[in-house]
Amino acid sequence: MKFLRDTWLVFSRQMQLMLRQPVWLIVGVVQPLFYLLLFAPLLKPALGVQTNAEAYKLFVPGLLVLLAMFGSLFTGFGLIAELRAGVIERSRVTPVSRLALLVGRSLRDVVSLLFQAALIVVIAVGFGLSVGLLDVLAAFALMAIISLMLSAFSYAISLKLRSEDALAPLLNTISQPLLLTAGILLPLTFAPTWLKRVADWNPFSWATDGVRALFAGDPGADSVWQAAVVVGGLTLITVVWASRAFAKGVR
Amino acid sequence: MIETKGLRKSYRSRAGRETKVVEAVRGVDLSVKEGEIYGFLGPNGAGKTTTLRMLATLITPDGGEAVIAGADLLKNPGEVRRRIGYVAQGGSTWDESTAREELVLQARFYGIHKAEALQRATKALDAFQLTEYADRKTKTYSGGQRRRVDIALGIIHGPKVVFLDEPTTGLDPQSRAHMWVEVRRLRDEGMTVFITTHYLDEADALCDRIAIMDHGEIVTEGTVDDLKREVAGDVVTVGVNGAGTKATELLRTQEYVRKIEENDDHSLRLYVDEGAVAIPHILRVLDTAGVELKQMELHRPSLDDVFLTKTGRSLRES
Repeated sequence: MKFLRDTWLVFSRQMQLMLRQPVWLIVGVVQPLFYLLLFAPLLKPALGVQTNAEAYKLFVPGLLVLLAMFGSLFTGFGLIAELRAGVIERSRVTPVSRLALLVGRSLRDVVSLLFQAALIVVIAVGFGLSVGLLDVLAAFALMAIISLMLSAFSYAISLKLRSEDALAPLLNTISQPLLLTAGILLPLTFAPTWLKRVADWNPFSWATDGVRALFAGDPGADSVWQAAVVVGGLTLITVVWASRAFAKGVR
Repeated sequence: MIETKGLRKSYRSRAGRETKVVEAVRGVDLSVKEGEIYGFLGPNGAGKTTTLRMLATLITPDGGEAVIAGADLLKNPGEVRRRIGYVAQGGSTWDESTAREELVLQARFYGIHKAEALQRATKALDAFQLTEYADRKTKTYSGGQRRRVDIALGIIHGPKVVFLDEPTTGLDPQSRAHMWVEVRRLRDEGMTVFITTHYLDEADALCDRIAIMDHGEIVTEGTVDDLKREVAGDVVTVGVNGAGTKATELLRTQEYVRKIEENDDHSLRLYVDEGAVAIPHILRVLDTAGVELKQMELHRPSLDDVFLTKTGRSLRES
């Protein structure tokens, strides 16, 4: 009960601060928009599809996973700024739940991601994408879980490193191979076998497959429940680990 | 209000490949009474902040005991948190928030419900003369205003004890004087104030009792007056032309000189019971020996003298 109340306090404050700086939401949308406008047309011949709509069906899911990954993985920078300003320390001398300090912030990241994702889908629909509402909602659920995982991870790591200079290269090193082997920009159908085997170990590759199946209007596909299991399991593990690291760091 | 026994903390620090253990605090015994302003004095790196952060539950002591406002620090830090306030040295406000928002949130973190939190925030803003800026972002505040917000945040829940870590460092003289008034007001409202500082005049003007810390240990403790009296009645500074050592040798043997020290500028500090009695004697001794006197000063011992006699160093140097 106290945890829920404290989480709500942290979350609503973070939301309030974020809405005061809507520029971040806009930046988060503009970038994927460039991909939609400038990259997706290239895909039509590459994927051997006839229409933009078909290309979007393959590309938008990847774009959403990309957004979920990159939008959440780098949120730790904000925490380092808060550490520096003394805001975290000020929270720590109160009896507020330590876990709420983490979860409240992560939930803010989830909400901002979902807002951006919804905007992207609406724009893509305007460009000719057709997709079922329930399928989109299921995809959003998957993305919310990814976002929760990566933002919790990011917060825990930044609390350990406590420096932007160390955090940036670390996150880039992690995110690049994850991005490339997740089949986000192009499906891994074209990949050589060894690369596919590597991608089997990338949870975000499973996520991308799942979201693609949903956008293809096939929620019963194996890849959908597989994505849910892989991403859900990993999120559970990550959040438990992160909250322990967080509780230890902000004891 | 605060009782500690053998509180200690060491850190592992890495310099290159070597790790060495730094004993930041080596066993601190403190006894702070209810309703006093207790000053914690010492040079940078003496272990003041580490001690304070232990008492404020921010770091766990390696050993020792402490009871703060009736709650056991090691067994029940959660209860200690409810009863104390802590104001960090580096500030604690977020640039994009307003003072009012920060105060309300802080109060709510202590479990105070919304209406009451709003009320308390308004009251605190008024008490700290912040009402005018209350709804502006804190990044527009001056250093002194920010510091007042920090203190208001630290006491929004009405703690019994408040810890202030160097509350006037970096403030201009006017804001500093203003801050002293605020600190006294906290005490008048019934709070026990535990304050660290490396300004001697601040400790002198503000504190009922002080402890001097150096190298992780408390070297002395008491009321400011007692400590000064303990050092000596008066201090006479004597500057001579050349032959400083000769003068030292001569004066050391005089019975009215309790202690003699050479300053960095080769002038001598003589601790004597009564300056007015000693000065004619000193003059006669030097004159007889043919030592030429450059300057002579008589002053009541300052806290710096206390610090110097207890640690062998001047606080100003360190």
